[in-house]
Amino acid sequence: MVVFQKPNGLTDAQLHYCPGCTHGIIHRLVAEAIDELGVTGRTIGVAPVGCSVFAYNYFNCDMVQAAHGRAPAVATGVKRSDPNNIVFTYQGDGDLAAIGTAETVHSAARSENITVIFVNNAIYGMTGGQMAPTTLPGQVTQTSPYGRDTSHVGFPVKVCEMLSQVDGATYLERVAVNNVKNIKAAKAAIKKAFQYQIEGKGFSMVEVLSTCPTNWGLTPEKALTWLEENMLPYYPLGVYKDKYKEEK
Amino acid sequence: MAKQILIAGFGGQGVLFSGKFLAYEGLLEDKEVSWLPSYGPEMRGGTANCSIIISDTKIGSPIVNNPDILIAMNAPSLEKYEDATNAGGVIISDNSLIEKKVAREDVEAYYIPATKLASDENLPGLANMIMIGYMIKKTGIIPYENVEAAMKKVVSAKKQNLFDLNMKAVELGYNYAE
Amino acid sequence: MSEKVLMKGNEAMAEAAIMAGCKHYFGYPITPQTEAAAYMAKRMPKLDGGVFLQAESEIAAINMVIGVASTGKRVMTSSSSPGIALKSEGLSYLAGCDLPALVINVQRGGPGLGSIQPSQSDYFHATRGAGHGDFHMIILAPASVQEMVDLTFKGFDLGDKYRMTTMILADGTMGQMMEPVSLDMGEVKEYDKSWALTGTKGERKPNIVNSLFMLPADLEKYNFERYEKYKLIEENEVMYDEYMMDDAEICIVAFGVAARVSQNAIDEARKQGIKVGMIRPITLWPFPKKVLNSAADKVKAFVSVELNMGQMIEDVELATRCKKPVLLCNRAGGVIPTTEDVMSKIIEANEIGGAN
Repeated sequence: MVVFQKPNGLTDAQLHYCPGCTHGIIHRLVAEAIDELGVTGRTIGVAPVGCSVFAYNYFNCDMVQAAHGRAPAVATGVKRSDPNNIVFTYQGDGDLAAIGTAETVHSAARSENITVIFVNNAIYGMTGGQMAPTTLPGQVTQTSPYGRDTSHVGFPVKVCEMLSQVDGATYLERVAVNNVKNIKAAKAAIKKAFQYQIEGKGFSMVEVLSTCPTNWGLTPEKALTWLEENMLPYYPLGVYKDKYKEEK
Repeated sequence: MAKQILIAGFGGQGVLFSGKFLAYEGLLEDKEVSWLPSYGPEMRGGTANCSIIISDTKIGSPIVNNPDILIAMNAPSLEKYEDATNAGGVIISDNSLIEKKVAREDVEAYYIPATKLASDENLPGLANMIMIGYMIKKTGIIPYENVEAAMKKVVSAKKQNLFDLNMKAVELGYNYAE
Repeated sequence: MSEKVLMKGNEAMAEAAIMAGCKHYFGYPITPQTEAAAYMAKRMPKLDGGVFLQAESEIAAINMVIGVASTGKRVMTSSSSPGIALKSEGLSYLAGCDLPALVINVQRGGPGLGSIQPSQSDYFHATRGAGHGDFHMIILAPASVQEMVDLTFKGFDLGDKYRMTTMILADGTMGQMMEPVSLDMGEVKEYDKSWALTGTKGERKPNIVNSLFMLPADLEKYNFERYEKYKLIEENEVMYDEYMMDDAEICIVAFGVAARVSQNAIDEARKQGIKVGMIRPITLWPFPKKVLNSAADKVKAFVSVELNMGQMIEDVELATRCKKPVLLCNRAGGVIPTTEDVMSKIIEANEIGGAN
């Protein structure tokens, strides 16, 4: 009996992520969500620039690789080409919240009927650990070697909070993948985001707090603790917007 | 033969529209035609001009620097293009807005108080078409019989009132006698 | 044949795109091509499945184009010089992903914000450096409103045929002028697009549209293959027009509005007994090298007429291997050369000795 196997939504390609990186978990959650919703065959994903650039090799659906920050614009084209497509972007913090801020905000403002998976690990991973738009105050990175000095480089961008002010945004939730309970909640949020798209409800984004043990310079286990102690207080989990929240 | 026509005036005087009407006139005659507007900030209240070429052969440059026919709808336009007009050419000036007479002696100069006529005859904003009618009469560049057909190309059939007013303006200009 | 109608170049081009089966347009307002966007905004919603979307930036617009192109549908954007510069990133990705798309550049004067008047100063950008990396686009240069129509229709076809971007390199004059056009376009050809992202339906392996290769040797292989394709295009798709070249001793090379002005100058010069003709490139890439090279054996000089500081002249010199002098007749910044400007260069060229 097979107890645990890859979801159909993932290919057999071996993931290139560093040991302990939580991208793998998030990939799996996305794949499970589209599988369970029965839409993998009509899903088209948009890969970003950053650590998850190779996402096009991992998801078992049609994929297009976008320029840095432009995934929501590319996704807009894919979706508008055929609204029956289920379209998602998978983006990191540099991609989504720095170079691609305009594309992010305006795809939300248009309420593009797409799903954005936003992986926030507070650092640029692919390029070797530079300061990200979401790097915490005081956090040491390659380009903030004395810790992020907010008087000099300003403050982290809280994307869920920011987009919650955008009328076009339909569903925004921040989740984390640092423990089993949170992973289950993340899965539910991702599935709900896709469900909303299937129902034509408009722009949805799930921000997933994630770890980067390599560039944080921590063991995988300690990285999870660091996330919990440092990121969770700054980036509180929860639903930031849900236009279709059921009345209780 | 290529006839190079320049219509010049203020933005809002219908320079481009009357040019388009002329271009259709030429097209109905199976001529080669081109229409080129000045564009940009000039359109917003400054001077506007429009180059129209009606030709028996393939048209080269669509830009009219030296008109055979100049329709001047305000003083700056006459000032600017009088000297550029080809010798033996025609200058038509709206003398209800332009006090100055044409100084050139090697061109035919005609005057019509188009703006005043438009206002007297309750044809608001149609001084342009009065001048076109007058020009057709003076130059014979295109047959008058085609006016109605050309007008149908530029004024939608749904706007019968507008069509009638434009026709009336062309007619008024055509029948104007100094 | 359908009745000829008077249309502005920008609008005629937009209508031709629709007739070519393009149902997706993404753009951002900029003078002097805004009529194209306005026309599409009116027409697209009336078409079954038609989409007009005003993007938040030129960068977003070209990436939306990439999105639609990756699904195999015909798609376009239009802009003017500064906007096209912003699209450069996307143009490179389109090339790297081998995606067909149509991009219109209604050029205006530069550099910087420049002017809004007609220019041809994006010649280098279009033919040499439209983005980072090794690539070409097919560059078509209309010289009449009818060609705005014909080349737009053809541009979509070439794009699909070779899986690459076609750019219409027009200028403010072509966009703004009205001339009679026939919209008889013929059949839209269909091409195999099994590479397109249409969803696997669970019936095939995923299609991937991508320009990233981690192994240099892999990327090199694709680049060499792409240049083999470019060679085919250089052999098969060159377009140009000749005017009075039979007995010409001077050859003008000009495209777009410069060619229209040059035609007047040639007519004038012929009246004065100067034997001058013109080769008008319609494809700027692939450049009509062969015909120019042959012409270099017959004429005593070339005159490159351009609305820039002298860009195409380099291609004329390369194509003719500098066998004969190439003079430059140019105006820049949005100024169009006059017939007199061209005439004076023709006279200068005519004074060059050493005819055959």
